[in-house]
Amino acid sequence: MSIAVVINNLNHSYGLRPVLNDISVSIFQEDFFIIIGPNGSGKTTLMKILAGIEPFQKGRVDILEKPVRHYTKKSLAKIIAFVPQTFSIDFPYTVKEMVLMGRYPHQGMLGIENEKDRSIAKEAMTITGVEDLADRKLDQISGGERQRVTIARAICQEPRIILMDEPTASLDLSHQIRIMDLMEQLKTEKGITIVMVSHDVNLAAMYADRLLILKNGHIVGAGRPAEVLNYDILEKTYGCTIIVDESPLGKVPRVSPVPLKFIKASRKRNGHFAEKQPDPEDGIPPR
Amino acid sequence: MKTPPLFLSSRILLISFILLLLLLVAGLLGLSLGSSRSSFMMVIQSLQGSGLNDAMTSAIIWDIRLPRILMASLVGATLALGGLVFQAILRNSLAEPYILGISGGSAIGAIIGILLGFSRFPGVSLTAFSGSLATLVLILVMSSGQSMFRKDSLLLSGVMINAFCSAVIMFLISITQDARLHNILFWLMGDFSMVNLQQAGILALMLFPCFILLFWLSHTMNLLLMGKELAQTMGVNIKAVTITLLVTTSFMVSVTVSHCGLLGFVGLVMPHLLRLLLGADHRLLVPACVLGGGTFMILCDLLARTLPEQGEIPAGVITALIGAPVFIFLLKRTQK
Repeated sequence: MSIAVVINNLNHSYGLRPVLNDISVSIFQEDFFIIIGPNGSGKTTLMKILAGIEPFQKGRVDILEKPVRHYTKKSLAKIIAFVPQTFSIDFPYTVKEMVLMGRYPHQGMLGIENEKDRSIAKEAMTITGVEDLADRKLDQISGGERQRVTIARAICQEPRIILMDEPTASLDLSHQIRIMDLMEQLKTEKGITIVMVSHDVNLAAMYADRLLILKNGHIVGAGRPAEVLNYDILEKTYGCTIIVDESPLGKVPRVSPVPLKFIKASRKRNGHFAEKQPDPEDGIPPR
Repeated sequence: MKTPPLFLSSRILLISFILLLLLLVAGLLGLSLGSSRSSFMMVIQSLQGSGLNDAMTSAIIWDIRLPRILMASLVGATLALGGLVFQAILRNSLAEPYILGISGGSAIGAIIGILLGFSRFPGVSLTAFSGSLATLVLILVMSSGQSMFRKDSLLLSGVMINAFCSAVIMFLISITQDARLHNILFWLMGDFSMVNLQQAGILALMLFPCFILLFWLSHTMNLLLMGKELAQTMGVNIKAVTITLLVTTSFMVSVTVSHCGLLGFVGLVMPHLLRLLLGADHRLLVPACVLGGGTFMILCDLLARTLPEQGEIPAGVITALIGAPVFIFLLKRTQK
């Protein structure tokens, strides 16, 4: 398997506050790579550095074996596309107009589209299921639909890598799964590498080929979900009581944070000062 | 996806052609109407260079009305385009050179130039340009960071800058014992009555390259509206594009302010109207604003000349009378 992104000893700080410390990680091509971690762990900064939006201070970031700084904006846009968390606009662009804007790095200054641009845009809208919305205005469609339009636009860039910053954060369950399934499909059918920042550990566990867990700008864990999603790492990362078992779907770890009232009930059963390993019966570790 | 009946390039040409016709009609109207009535036929005959026109009528048409019409169309085009560009950069559909205080800043610069006895061109144009750049920097600093995209903070800083500019202008006027005081006041309200053909020519020479540059950047403005980060990852060099747009637009606006004073709200009314009719694509909107803005201003100037029985009202009064209510309506609507 060849490598899409290599990050080597990356350090970055905002003023005096370090946000990324000595990050080294590789992302394989055609992988579904998900970055998780608590708020302020540096996930989004890492994503912005990969997208070329945020210049970094120390270290090295290679994209397809070439340092990210050596790319012009347009040549980087042909390799990496970015999908932000939310997207809102109060100008009356149509869905089709926005999707076609994804062709910008491949076009001349005025972006007059040709037959090829139109057919790529059409295909992108079909994959993402927004072709019926083509002539609707962006402010007349739902949040989930708008997210799919943003992804269709990303596909139009014909990228090798798509970066996504919490794309499912503001969506309901069915839209979350639709977006994740869509990304899985883009990975397997088009061979696009997906790099995603997520808050949803369980969604990440179900879709990721590899996970990166960050805390305070340090790597706490990196590897396949089954390797890194364990009690030790998660407790260290999130600082709360967590149970990890197997999801009913099969070989996928399932992560459940434990509410305080269950911890209290467990303590009552086990005695207040019991310092013992988690009982396999109820699986709740002591606090 | 159903294929559109017309592709983009043909749509741009078609719409430009229609708007150009409107501009020509407005121009002919402007030539033939006025305090001394000369009929439409006389203008046509005069255009053909033949006919029974007396020297008086042809002097009115060619020496007084034609320069005014050319000037009005150039100024209208510039201000409408200026509004469009500022709205794209700030992602705020209520932005406009006058509302943001850019026009006020260049007016201060222009008045200082006039009081120092500079000639209209290049002296006053340059002081006006520096005035507009100063306010531009002030606006960008005041609304920097996150709040840059918040409508209210941007508009509020604009209101404050405008208030400050008016105070400075009033101060400058009140300390001068100048016989041309009336002229300055009149010019301040937006006035086309003192232009000649040569001025209009110089203005055109300075503005046309700006129009072309902005059309060349029109698709990039579409991407800018998708947000700074998204535009960057789609291949736009944000810094270079933003600076080019800001400097070009401030230059255009200050040049027109130094010639014709403060004409507000054109940059608000025209882009909104055209966006309603044509959609948001800036490749259509840039030429449409140039032609539509010109038409709008010719008609405003025509009203300014013909409404009062005697004399005339400054054109800026007309644009403000139309524009301010439109602004309030739009503000109400966007707050919903």
